[in-house]
Amino acid sequence: MKTVFKVPQSLTGKEWHYCPGCGHGIIHRLIAECMDELDVREKTVGICPVGCGVLAYEYFNCDMLEAAHGRAPAVGTGLKRVLKDRVIFTYQGDGDLASIGMAEIVHAASRGEKISVFFINNTVYGMTGGQMAPTTLLGQVTTTSPYGRDKDREGYPIRIAEMLAPFEGAAYVARVAINTPANAARAKRAIKKAFETQLNGAGFSLVEILSTCPTNWGLSPVEAMQWLADNMIPYYPLGVYKDKEGR
Amino acid sequence: MARVLMKGNEALGEGAVIAGCRYFFGYPITPQSEVAEYLARRLPQVDGVFLQAESEVAAINMVYGGSAAGARVMTGSSGPGLSLKQEGISFIAEAELPCVIANISRGGPGLGGIQPAQSDYFQSCKGGGHGDYRLIVLAPSSVQEMMDFALLAFDLADRYRTPVLIMSEGMLGQMMEPVQVREPVTERYEKPWATTGCINREPNIVNTLHLLPTELEDRNQHLFSKYARIAAEEKRAEMVMTEDAELVVVAYGLLSRVVKKAITEVRARGVKAGLIRPLTLWPFPDTHIQKCLDTAKLFLTIEISMGQMVEDVKLAVNGRVPVEFYGRIGVIPSPQEIERAIMAVAERGGLA
Amino acid sequence: MEKQILVAGFGGQGVLSIGLFLTYAAMSEGRNVSYVPSYGAEMRGGTANCIVTIADDEEISSPLTETPRDALILNRPSLDRFEERIQPGGVLIINTSLVDREPQREDLQIRQLPLNEMADKIGAPRSANMIMLGAYIAFTGIVDMTAVLDGFEDIFKGRKSATIERNRKAFLTGVEYARNNW
Ligand SMILES: Cc1ncc(C[n+]2csc(CCOP(=O)(O)OP(=O)(O)O)c2C)c(N)n1
Ligand code: SF4
Ligand SMILES: [Mg+2]
Repeated sequence: MKTVFKVPQSLTGKEWHYCPGCGHGIIHRLIAECMDELDVREKTVGICPVGCGVLAYEYFNCDMLEAAHGRAPAVGTGLKRVLKDRVIFTYQGDGDLASIGMAEIVHAASRGEKISVFFINNTVYGMTGGQMAPTTLLGQVTTTSPYGRDKDREGYPIRIAEMLAPFEGAAYVARVAINTPANAARAKRAIKKAFETQLNGAGFSLVEILSTCPTNWGLSPVEAMQWLADNMIPYYPLGVYKDKEGR
Repeated sequence: MARVLMKGNEALGEGAVIAGCRYFFGYPITPQSEVAEYLARRLPQVDGVFLQAESEVAAINMVYGGSAAGARVMTGSSGPGLSLKQEGISFIAEAELPCVIANISRGGPGLGGIQPAQSDYFQSCKGGGHGDYRLIVLAPSSVQEMMDFALLAFDLADRYRTPVLIMSEGMLGQMMEPVQVREPVTERYEKPWATTGCINREPNIVNTLHLLPTELEDRNQHLFSKYARIAAEEKRAEMVMTEDAELVVVAYGLLSRVVKKAITEVRARGVKAGLIRPLTLWPFPDTHIQKCLDTAKLFLTIEISMGQMVEDVKLAVNGRVPVEFYGRIGVIPSPQEIERAIMAVAERGGLA
Repeated sequence: MEKQILVAGFGGQGVLSIGLFLTYAAMSEGRNVSYVPSYGAEMRGGTANCIVTIADDEEISSPLTETPRDALILNRPSLDRFEERIQPGGVLIINTSLVDREPQREDLQIRQLPLNEMADKIGAPRSANMIMLGAYIAFTGIVDMTAVLDGFEDIFKGRKSATIERNRKAFLTGVEYARNNW
């Protein structure tokens, strides 16, 4: 039988600072379980974003760095070029990766940088209090799109998985969600594949994870999961967008 | 018009609107985000544009474009965001494009924290980007001044064709005070240099490249003759009880109000203390400082930093009397703490 | 005369709105006023406090202080943190629903009331803060009662009238309590 509440070795077990029902905690756990199962904790270096995940160094029980806003893929590149046999991952929000850090992520993907990127899409800037993100949906109200995101004013939401998959350097790109146990199980498989892709030296890997921000969405944790299913998945379809190793 | 209760960040945003600014390009960062959020609601109501850029680097370059087009344009940020803007600010200063930049500051270095700090003084006043240039830097100390300095900043920017930076502690942005809302500014400056399309005129060029050595030096001479004019005309400071002051305290921003309170207490204890509060951090009001040298036996600079403005105070005092420093980071010290600090310095200096 | 009032409690207890109401009322009386909310690392949950400075004519110099004249204390950690700092002779009002010890100071005007029980009793559990506000104003007369009551409509602009009524009722409950018991 699975003991559900056992803390993975790759987590410190420290209590989350995240809001109740926030997706970050769930995703940390999935990543840590994969690190345990692949037995890579001691050879892994993780990179925190600037965003609610900035304190991830408190939670992952491996070497961790904190990067400037959006620059994690560049920092990861530096690490990986020095430490070829280590496992490098970045953990980035949608503001961090798809807005200010767009240049870094595009070039890390195009270089086929052998790092794994976990991209947490919660459609808002969580940490700074719910501003618009590049992934904010059309019509969605945020503190900086107070009249609802409008295509003529704020433009269209960006689909990162679809955008990066065509890059030749990208070896594994998938989009998953954490709104149901079944989806979380799929998310975990994708995270594991991303690590394996890196371990096999196949190239760049990225998993976009649809997550929740109940606080800034103004919803209860349960409502937030439903909102994800009803609004995010239709615009951000789940699936594997690239798998070079063809598994 | 009646007084309205406003947050500092809102007063700054509304001040920009009153000054005729219709374009704000920004990127969220605490504790500045409320300026952006206020203008995201407000600007569409007056046919203006609020645009959340993909980064501070992009935002400042949007300002470069908007200003070259002849409009009153603004951006705002804090800490790491201001660092990212420096390349753009250097270009804007060289191209002599008027604009207003708000730094609702936080503590660094690195990601630091969102606690109050004045540790961006060097960055703001000593050229944060590359090359020889200056910004006009204003330091408001009340919610009313957040509004009024926005008006002043846009005026100075257009008058001198230069970027103006408003520097406020994060806490001033969060505070609420009644504000006398000003009348909309209707005066506009001619901008014959703007790149708006050359209908019936020769093309305009906005450019910062000067490959010829003589041309490069000429440009710098030109900029610095303008800066000399600004320095001659725009130094501003509030002087509090300095006429007979033996101990002159120098402090700016919200902190200066706390110091003012401490000074009145210290006076009651028999120390002849006074306060110089720079309103312009650049040009630095060195002349105001020098005016106090007849009575001053000692200067004390108080900052929420490890000591930055104190260097300018020392330059102004030029060795004539000692200059002491008291600083904290991440907190605005209470009047009581400052009173203790002033008394300690007064006692050491034999003035108490 | 400058008066500085500290309001302190948990985040979510409506501490900041107590301060806002006072600020608003003082402004509408034409006085100078300044409101500083706690801010900084205390992001979500945790403690909340604010300082309101009210002056009759003079400009407000420092909006901050270590030593407020009055303190409205809504929970135990706030009492532990701030009791020592209140100015001698000042007013200390304590929410006994969430403070399980007696205050130590003997040089203050101390008044106590069980805010949360009182709020539950009038069916307005989320308006306990307004009871505190009413009691404090009735006790000290620091601002004019009608100025506060007039402010309700403005401050709650856009909210449901039931919400406004609930808060007004809570406020008056506090006023009455202070008048009858203090
Ligand atoms: C250069 C710079 N600009 C802005 C910020 C402020 N900032 C902190 S977190 C954040 C956005 C976080 O949003 P996201 O990446 O979506 O992460 P989330 O909190 O939603 O998980 C921003 C803009 C910063 N720290 N540095
Ligand atoms: S603000 Fe949103 S993303 Fe951040 S911890 Fe809270 S719920 Fe999670
Ligand atoms: Mg996000």
